[in-house]
Amino acid sequence: MPFIANTDEQRRQMLAEIGLTAEDLFAPIPAELRCGELNLPPGMSEQKAREHMARLAGRNASHLVSFLGGGFYDHFIPAAVEAIASRSEFYTAYTPYQPEISQGTLQAIYEYQSAVCRLTDMEVANASLYDGGTAIYEAIMMALRVTGRQRVIVDESVNPIYRKMIRSYTRNLGIELVETPVRLSVGKPDRERIADELDERTAALVVQNPNFFGVIDDFTDLSDAAHACGALLLVSCYPVALGLLKTPGAMGADIVTGEGQSLGMGVSFGGPYLGFMAARMEHVRKMPGRLVGRTADNQGRQGFVLTLQAREQHIRREKATSNICTNEGLCALTALAHLCLLGKQGLRELAQCCADKAYYAQQRLLFVPGVTLRYPKQWYFNEFILELPERAEAVIRRLLDRGFAAGFPLSRYYEGMDRSLLVAVTEKRTKEEIDLLAHALEASL
Amino acid sequence: MKLIFDKSVPNRRGPRPVESDVPVRAELPQALLRDRAAELPEVSELDVVRHFTELSRRNFGVDNGFYPLGSCTMKYNPKATERIAHYPGFFYLHPLLPQLPEGERLVQGALEVIHELGRRLCEICGMAAFTTQPLAGAHGELTGTMIMAAYHRERSSRKRVVLIPDSAHGTNPASAAIAGFAVQTVPSDETGVMDVEALRRMMSDEVAGLMLTCPDTLGLFHPRIREICDVVHAADGLMYCDGANLNALVGVCRPGDLGFDILHVNLHKTFATPHGGGGPGAGPVGVCEKLVEFLPASVVRRRQDGTYCLDYDLPRSIGYVAPFYGNFGILVRAYAYLLMLGREGLRRVSENAVLNANYIRCKLREHYDLPYGQVCMHECVFSAAHQAARGVRAMDVAKALIDRGFHPPTVYFPLTVPEAMMIEPTECESRETLDAFVAAMIEIAELAELDPQAVTNCPTTTPVGRLDEVLAARKPDLASLPAR
Amino acid sequence: MNAPTDLLYTDQHEWIRVQGRMGTVGISDFAQNALGDVTFVDLPAVGTVLARGAEACAIESCKAASGIYAPAAGKVTEVNAALADDPGLVNREPYGKGWLFQLEIADPSDLDRLMQAAQYREFCAKEA
Repeated sequence: MPFIANTDEQRRQMLAEIGLTAEDLFAPIPAELRCGELNLPPGMSEQKAREHMARLAGRNASHLVSFLGGGFYDHFIPAAVEAIASRSEFYTAYTPYQPEISQGTLQAIYEYQSAVCRLTDMEVANASLYDGGTAIYEAIMMALRVTGRQRVIVDESVNPIYRKMIRSYTRNLGIELVETPVRLSVGKPDRERIADELDERTAALVVQNPNFFGVIDDFTDLSDAAHACGALLLVSCYPVALGLLKTPGAMGADIVTGEGQSLGMGVSFGGPYLGFMAARMEHVRKMPGRLVGRTADNQGRQGFVLTLQAREQHIRREKATSNICTNEGLCALTALAHLCLLGKQGLRELAQCCADKAYYAQQRLLFVPGVTLRYPKQWYFNEFILELPERAEAVIRRLLDRGFAAGFPLSRYYEGMDRSLLVAVTEKRTKEEIDLLAHALEASL
Repeated sequence: MKLIFDKSVPNRRGPRPVESDVPVRAELPQALLRDRAAELPEVSELDVVRHFTELSRRNFGVDNGFYPLGSCTMKYNPKATERIAHYPGFFYLHPLLPQLPEGERLVQGALEVIHELGRRLCEICGMAAFTTQPLAGAHGELTGTMIMAAYHRERSSRKRVVLIPDSAHGTNPASAAIAGFAVQTVPSDETGVMDVEALRRMMSDEVAGLMLTCPDTLGLFHPRIREICDVVHAADGLMYCDGANLNALVGVCRPGDLGFDILHVNLHKTFATPHGGGGPGAGPVGVCEKLVEFLPASVVRRRQDGTYCLDYDLPRSIGYVAPFYGNFGILVRAYAYLLMLGREGLRRVSENAVLNANYIRCKLREHYDLPYGQVCMHECVFSAAHQAARGVRAMDVAKALIDRGFHPPTVYFPLTVPEAMMIEPTECESRETLDAFVAAMIEIAELAELDPQAVTNCPTTTPVGRLDEVLAARKPDLASLPAR
Repeated sequence: MNAPTDLLYTDQHEWIRVQGRMGTVGISDFAQNALGDVTFVDLPAVGTVLARGAEACAIESCKAASGIYAPAAGKVTEVNAALADDPGLVNREPYGKGWLFQLEIADPSDLDRLMQAAQYREFCAKEA
């Protein structure tokens, strides 16, 4: 039998030695509650299973030339990242409850926490959360604890998928959730509207940079406005963009979250991903999730442990700062390895390369007759919105037949944006592919 | 060992960076840029590889040795499933593709994986439908309790209390609380399982449901499970099954048949996906017929013609709990594992997991206190109370096991057993491994009598000794930050 | 087990030292011992008005967290700032420098419900 070591003979011996029969083992389960044989097919050999799964994988269009982003980006992954993340000393371990034999995981998480702080210009980061969306939800809950207030403002240029998640999670909690509409003329948060909504009951204002439309912003003014009424500023961000962009810390953000998938993980049809969270030290005891700290052993040697655990579910139970237990440890390790391989200069160069290619794509696609930029006066990182002369969905369908995933139709989440196409460009797209997309687009209109 | 940041040398580079092949450069205004580069390490590729290889040698995984961490089901993670999850058709598949017009035809293989995995989980657990979205076990608990809240809201009932036994994982009360419920704790009886009379007394119109781990955290199957379900159902409460311990039941009995209405399973436990040093996991949630309409959006459906689609038109759904369809890479691994096991392999899982646990229980009961001595399921819980009287606590036994090449069991949990040591061997381990572990445990018990200090001084074979957790919590050093 | 006779005790192991309308609150030797090395005390804000039995603050150790409940109703007038730097005072001097906060007692009759030292020692013996 696969993955089971003991032979039938050994089983018989073991039972005999402990004086039990095979029936005795399940005696605690009343006979009338047992199930018969399950209606499942018989097992497959490894070879057959791999062939079967390869066939299924082959029925997915991962080969398209993709300009899809929307918060989930197809970046290049160096071979060394996968070599490191596939060391089984890491991936077959669990949460480092026994620090003496878990220093590998623990030091890696400490270094990951440090890297996230350095990237975001914040003071403390946790060991990971599930994804960028649950990270915003956890940040909101943290802001409620810090402020003792119950009202949250979320800007509508925050990823609409994340906003749907926030709505689900806050539904049973008596939280007043206000979503402020984007200023449609500029594709940015409506500052005046937000100023009207911010008040002494507000716990947090949630914004995103670059926002879902790809527009880059500086939230320093919103940070000041939020702080003026005692609210926290929560910024969701894209870590690769932080190679270039002004950091949330420099803008005055109190809690920073984001999706870390772009740091060495595949888009993998929606997961596993990596939620990251960073904050100010003064709020550390209100943070959710695992935290690794540096300390010393009984001989004064440096070592790492899980710490500030009194916040967590296994101690605080219903009063815990979060219910999270298993997080995304291996993804955090992957992101750390990726950031180390990129290095200080490499991350900046990668970000610049993405911005350059996106800028080229923008310029090139604007040569296509009838195509305009929806927000021409704004700055972009690697994603932007084209305004097409007809419904974006129809154009996307035609381009799929030509081998391109040309982008995402904004109409799926925003009203009045039927002709808007969200185009993302990473370093993996070549000039040739961009030129071919422009030709295909022109031919498709 | 140095931090990677301390190995940094100015201007040292890793792999050759990507080059731009476009004739333009994006010049963003200074005001939107960071004022200096993030202080990431400047190291070579070899530096990085050596650093992480060295770190990996300071770690202990299932591939290193026996890892009987109770309630975590540290079974072998088949290499084939790792390979399969990295097939380009899965790994590089963008999750927004099916949201493009007619995009579902681009992801039929992936949707089949999700649908078929859900269908098999339904068969294994006796539930009507599954969602694969929850990203970990606790996330499944939250999803399940949100479904509980939606069900009662739909019926305009004022139920606000969730009952949870005192032996439960901390995630249960934490999850119920953030789903908006008040938590009340049900005590255990003298046999270690939840006290049914206490449950009866605590039942009221306000009780929304009971969260029960089955078998429980002592590895015991509650002999009055049907009666418990009847009591809770009589007040229109829902029965939630924490399926963390499903490894004991697969192929033998089904939580749905027992009377549970909602359950989560941990793919990283029962279904052999790796624990990753603390995730990523996956915590699919199954529900009975009357709760199907509350499952999170989206739902994968199979059409008459055999093709698959995503249904978002779900007016009573609790909404989105994950950005997409779950930790898909983990779902792929679990599905591939199920393909290889098949129905006969599944039944062998529980048979061998339960045999291995009882073997350890019987072999060690002369040497450590066994507070509840009945036949156990997939794990057994000893107490080091006797040794503690000699100054050797459960944590000391754990550290002594480390020096003998074993990962320790879960200690100090469940909270209902003092000096608890919770041992879960899993079906994968051979008799030889179990015997070696038993011998080590007996040796430690004897040492605790003869020379307690030889135990309390452990571990001595690890790169660091016992660490100062009090210092870590009093003076938190949580990040290495560059000097400003 | 040490339980000074000039203090009153709760069944949650807080003590209160009453001087006129003012009461100083801490946790007992029994409680600090059960909790282990204290790593953090989340003190209440000065000015907080507490009902009798309301959770006033929380004490954390590595392995536990424990709520501290007001032995009597009243307003917090002062907190022990020294605990921020040295939470271990709660372990070393639970009845002295490890005090938690001072309370202006609203209703002295609340004190009638508390235990004297002898009674408290008996209570602890039962719990142990």
